[in-house]
Amino acid sequence: MIWNRQYECMEREELRKIQGERLSAMVSRVWNTVPFYRQRLQELGIEPGDIRSMDDLPKLPFTTKQDLRDNYPFGLFTVPQEGIVRLHASSGTTGKPTVVGYTKNDIAMWSEVVARSLTMAGVTQSDIIQVAYGYGLFTGGLGLHYGAETVGASVIPISGGNTKKQLQLMEDFGSTVLACTPSYAAFLGEAIIEEKIQKENIKLKAGIFGAEPWTEGMRTEIERLLGIKAYDIYGLSEIIGPGVSMECRCQTGMHIFEDHFIPEIINPDTGEVLPYGELGELVFTPATKEAMPLIRYRTRDLTRLHAERCQCGRTLVRMEKCVGRTDDMLIIRGVNVFPSQVEAVLLEMSETRPHYLLTVERRHNLDSLEIQVEVDESFFSDEVKELEGLRNKIQSAIGSMLGISSTVRLVEPGTIERSMGKAKRVIDNRTR
Amino acid sequence: MIIRQLSVFLENRTGRLTELTGILSENGINISAFSIADSTDFGILRMIVGKPELAEHVLRQKGFAVKVTDVICLIVPDKPGSLHHALGILSENDIAIDYMYAFSSAEGRATVVIRTAVPQAAIRVLSQHRLELVQAGDIYQI
Repeated sequence: MIWNRQYECMEREELRKIQGERLSAMVSRVWNTVPFYRQRLQELGIEPGDIRSMDDLPKLPFTTKQDLRDNYPFGLFTVPQEGIVRLHASSGTTGKPTVVGYTKNDIAMWSEVVARSLTMAGVTQSDIIQVAYGYGLFTGGLGLHYGAETVGASVIPISGGNTKKQLQLMEDFGSTVLACTPSYAAFLGEAIIEEKIQKENIKLKAGIFGAEPWTEGMRTEIERLLGIKAYDIYGLSEIIGPGVSMECRCQTGMHIFEDHFIPEIINPDTGEVLPYGELGELVFTPATKEAMPLIRYRTRDLTRLHAERCQCGRTLVRMEKCVGRTDDMLIIRGVNVFPSQVEAVLLEMSETRPHYLLTVERRHNLDSLEIQVEVDESFFSDEVKELEGLRNKIQSAIGSMLGISSTVRLVEPGTIERSMGKAKRVIDNRTR
Repeated sequence: MIIRQLSVFLENRTGRLTELTGILSENGINISAFSIADSTDFGILRMIVGKPELAEHVLRQKGFAVKVTDVICLIVPDKPGSLHHALGILSENDIAIDYMYAFSSAEGRATVVIRTAVPQAAIRVLSQHRLELVQAGDIYQI
């Protein structure tokens, strides 16, 4: 099923023409309404008339998260407050939160792209969707909610947390689709087993998971625990929220809704645009957004794009699962380390579970990496030599994956904090 | 004659052992024997308790990783050479010991807890040599 065949299956040449028109109109609009962008374009000697097609996109300057902070809260809005119907904000771990605004048309566009996404996972009006993403300032809950209503599914707006209630409603209401973060999906899957809920009382068939990085191993684990097909959804509040891209049934990458969000891959160091197939930083220009369109916004996510036509019939480019975020990336002793790599190692080993915590310290000017891994009852041996053997095995598997040595410490089950939202996987004590 | 031993994974952290003994105490579970095997960052507590099923259940509920293993408990006179005699029988019969721990009591007897991969064989040869083994019923409380 395809929600919007016209745009999702459009010939790429025609799509590029439409993108160019939308880009050109958007640049004129921000020139006239956002002093920040007018000044930045003027500094580069660019006038709106210079941007006429997609070929002109690389001439434009980038926008960074810092630019959003500098213009906090409403400095990048193109419309007066009267035109704004919704505000969302991302948690500001450093400094002020990032604020995004939406007009009525923005909400309609967002609902449309999420409806397209849900349709990719086979969601129809016959489904009952349990939205266990957080509702509130975070875009996850309301984003999925509006999209699911657009499709016509029955929405359970339960939000995140309150696991007992999640399980009760899942059983009683017969939820067929679950939408939440992948770590919470795994947590719910384990809770179903712990609560000894009968498998046949769970009617779930599909899950829509995103908002944090996860691996193929974790997908298999969630699919096994919940007995569903798990789909990856991608988005970020700066661009719209969830629904920037989504996996179809072929699961060969996430289709980007390019008619609204123009993607590019750049070399994060030089800013140079890279061809399809190369790894680099993902950049988006949400050209149709009214309240807060951004020019070439740097997501800090590292991935590749593929433009070959998908077996599902869609012509939209597909992005690979992000390798990591440029800002999630830890540089330890000069080596780039992503938490997702550690997770992949743990999931590949049958004896361990994907509950881990990375702690980076600096002692005598030398970085050290400690990885806490929970001991699971299924592999707990009562012999020291076996547990030490397991620890050494994990240590060497992680060492060969990361290319640096680390210390693995086995901890008691349940000691690593479970998250109801985004999982905390890293403690970097070097910056303190 | 096979005794169920509980093994519990413990992080090396102040107060963790006290939490465990507190849970057993609250549930009226008596510890007949115990030992701790330790490495640099974790320990394995092994113990023989009066109510193994209950202990396993309450400890699991409190989030401990618990494993039940079969051991045998040998009783030897508390005097020189008696342990040597018993171990000699096992080694003559090629029965390897994974680990063991022992304690002596006031009545001039010592109890030796032995973990081996072949407990039935160990029971057989020790019984043939008329060595005394603790019966499960002697330790477990109903």
